[in-house]
Amino acid sequence: MTIDMSQFYEIFFDEAEELLAEAERLLLGIDIENPDNEELNAIFRAAHSIKGGAATFGFMDMTEITHVLENLLDKIRKHEMALTAEHVDAFLAAKDVLKMELDGHRLATDVDQEQVSDVKMVLKSLSEAQGTPVAAAPLEEVKPVHEAVSTAAPVALSSTAEVAQHEIPEGTSCFNIVLPEVKEKDIENLQEELGLLGIVAVSKQADGRSVFTLTTDSSQADIISICSFIVDPDDLVISLASASVPRAVTAENVPETASVATPPAGASKTQTEKIVQEEVGYGLFEEEGKEKVEEGYGFFAPFQPHPDALKAELIGDDTALTEANSGVKSATNTVTQVEAEAAPPAAGAPGGVERRSPGRRESDKAAASAETSSIRVGVEKVDQMINLVGELVITQAMIEQRISMLDPVHNEALINSVTQLTRNTRDLQEAVMSIRMMPMDFVFSRFPRMVRDLAGKLGKKVEFVTVGAATELDKGLIERIVDPLTHLVRNSVDHGIEMPENRKRAGKSETGTLTLSAAHKGGSIVIEVTDDGGGLNRDKILAKAHSNGLAVSESMSDNEVFNLIFAPGFSTAEVVTDVSGRGVGMDVVKRNISAMGGVVEIRSALGFGTTISISLPLTLAILDGMSVSLGESIYVIPLNLIVETLQPREEDIKTVTGEGRMVHVRGEYLPIIALHALFNHATDITDPTQGVLVLLEAEGKKSALFVDRLVGQQQVVIKSLETNFKKIPGVSGATIMGDGSVALILDVTALIQMGQSANYLTGAPAFSNQHHPQLQNQSNA
Amino acid sequence: MSTETAATTGIKTKGVEGEYLTFVLGAEEYGIEILKVQEIRGYDAVTQIANTPAFIKGVVNLRGKIVPIVDLRIKFNLGKVEYNEFTVVIILNLHGRVVGIVVDGVSDVIALKDEQIRDVPSLVTSIDTKYIVGLATLDQRMLILVDIEQLMSSQEMALVDAVAA
Repeated sequence: MTIDMSQFYEIFFDEAEELLAEAERLLLGIDIENPDNEELNAIFRAAHSIKGGAATFGFMDMTEITHVLENLLDKIRKHEMALTAEHVDAFLAAKDVLKMELDGHRLATDVDQEQVSDVKMVLKSLSEAQGTPVAAAPLEEVKPVHEAVSTAAPVALSSTAEVAQHEIPEGTSCFNIVLPEVKEKDIENLQEELGLLGIVAVSKQADGRSVFTLTTDSSQADIISICSFIVDPDDLVISLASASVPRAVTAENVPETASVATPPAGASKTQTEKIVQEEVGYGLFEEEGKEKVEEGYGFFAPFQPHPDALKAELIGDDTALTEANSGVKSATNTVTQVEAEAAPPAAGAPGGVERRSPGRRESDKAAASAETSSIRVGVEKVDQMINLVGELVITQAMIEQRISMLDPVHNEALINSVTQLTRNTRDLQEAVMSIRMMPMDFVFSRFPRMVRDLAGKLGKKVEFVTVGAATELDKGLIERIVDPLTHLVRNSVDHGIEMPENRKRAGKSETGTLTLSAAHKGGSIVIEVTDDGGGLNRDKILAKAHSNGLAVSESMSDNEVFNLIFAPGFSTAEVVTDVSGRGVGMDVVKRNISAMGGVVEIRSALGFGTTISISLPLTLAILDGMSVSLGESIYVIPLNLIVETLQPREEDIKTVTGEGRMVHVRGEYLPIIALHALFNHATDITDPTQGVLVLLEAEGKKSALFVDRLVGQQQVVIKSLETNFKKIPGVSGATIMGDGSVALILDVTALIQMGQSANYLTGAPAFSNQHHPQLQNQSNA
Repeated sequence: MSTETAATTGIKTKGVEGEYLTFVLGAEEYGIEILKVQEIRGYDAVTQIANTPAFIKGVVNLRGKIVPIVDLRIKFNLGKVEYNEFTVVIILNLHGRVVGIVVDGVSDVIALKDEQIRDVPSLVTSIDTKYIVGLATLDQRMLILVDIEQLMSSQEMALVDAVAA
């Protein structure tokens, strides 16, 4: 039987891409001096998973790279080799090559073979290089474990060591293997054998039997088959301590910690036992649980032999849980809760690793754990659901409207039910809309690498900080915000943050800080790029603007001056680098963001830095609109483009050569665009003084749109006309009103252009099917 | 779509047998492939669209979708154009694009065999004969079988921006 593997390709590609991104994130966050074991393991796992997947699908090129990568990583995580910056660079390069190969398979893009072999060589030479003796700090971490076995090392220290040693990689299990009484030498042999499977620690039980704690991705059967060389498998007691919860291990290792310290020194033994007893006394588990501890099954144990650390205290495996009664269950709950709290202090304890690295993000842990409980669903399915709910909301609004006409006394029950329905529908809509929301982390995560590379290239020191990476934004917007943000971040690194020596001279720390933040504010999301660099130089911008021929004056406000940098072709950079400075870009940034219905703002103080703030609507699908009427039709105008509305007086209406009407508003003459003329729409109101003028501003141009009257302001759901029809000049989309009828949403930018170019006042249809003039004749024939 | 074109422009009577929905435009009877029909409904309030040919009546809200409505009676100059409670709109689904056509009335669904279908002679009409698949005779009545998909996506219907490939 053959299985068509190609159907699984997409899954592998997706997974591999995620793993690569994850590996990159970890690599960037890693502290070279004091690499965190868990992180090293995670990187190793990523490489390993990709290797496995690639081999399964026969992508040998990827397998080769990951294999070399894996070897090298393995040496490092086993402390046979110290991690250096060189390694990290090589790993990042390997990640890039893997991504390239992945794209090669997926999108049939070109793969630079030279680069591939370069990276392979670098990795090979690194892994063959004589393993530098592991630096002092990691050694210290390792040592206490062994000491703990033979000597009565301070309990706290050994526990820390255990923690450092036993961070369990995801996807692996932790087995407790209780051996029968065997010779010391056999135990050593066995430990070596099991060491091949994963991380193994040995400890003694009170009754003299040895217990191995093995962290491995192998199955129980594998363990038994290895052990059977030395001991009778029937005498083995193997239990699964936990599965794939990295944090759980901190608590799990504790049974040995307690027992490790026990045998050598009698005094300390009793003391430890006493502590265990005391802990039991806290009522977190009952007598049954305590017995288990004494039996040495290691199912339940105090977290740390410090009475004050008692918050965190036990963990049970599945079997134990089923046996255990409610007391134990509640305790387990406590553990899950406390695991997170307990971990950081453990890491910071004596001999532990103090973790501090640039680019680390606050939500690291949260993001990692959220991933495991998600499912993959096609965007079409989600969109379909959103559409259906949209329809439901409209239908519901229609029912509500009908209901409101009924007699409230006679139909009270019905009205109440409909009110309930309204509430439920609204909740449903909110819930469904939130599916499309994605955390900003999706965008932010690509910047640490970019900043690192850029800073390296420019010889600057930049610390990259992100805030609010969990803030959610519509998927459509997320995808479109990437480019503008990339640009802004580049700009900040290149122009904003100064060279280290300049910073020092200015009395700032050599390392600049670049902050990327996202937050909800009212109905919009605000994304800010902040640097503590030199800030915008008002005089320089003015001078540059002047030489560019822009109309500027000294009296302009700071805000106006800063906004000049969004003018096309504007750059005050003295040197054009290959990073930025060509003056293309800021105008594109502004245009992209405007297209999303967003606003860009600059705040800057010379010498203290710059903040560029982007505020975006939460979703693309909903628009704040002003509905206006024209004859019998309703049109919707995006509210953010309306400056004001007014009913003009006779004397404010001016003409040029008897045509081309304008309105005089506060010293400005604005052209009047009569919508009825532009759209050939029958209406009774042709005199602007009888109707309403809506002052619009788009892309720096202002016009007054003449409509019959204002209807109201409301949020509308944007529907595309092009799905079943085609683009109509002057119309950006359609929406469905409360009564089920369709209203068109006006494309303000196009309208202003049409108003300026079309000679619609002569009565000729301004934009009647420019594309199909000959066809119109036909249809009239 | 190209394969269909080949089928319809080659030997005319090949591969056109099947079930047809027949409708009336003025005094003429037309048939369209039943599988292209999504539903039939009455004529509802239509939102006019500026600067489009007269036969494009506008758009309606079809359960949340914005669907353009074409009046074939205006397009082909057939019948009296009036809208009342008997006016029928046939909603077509053409490769995922939903379009409504206004006709005078829907008559029947009939199954046609190849041998019932005749070639179309070359004629000058307001509908290009290339959109007519064939003619069928049914109880002395002539049925004009239209390739509605080709017709609606044609440039002259002005329903799509570019001719769908």
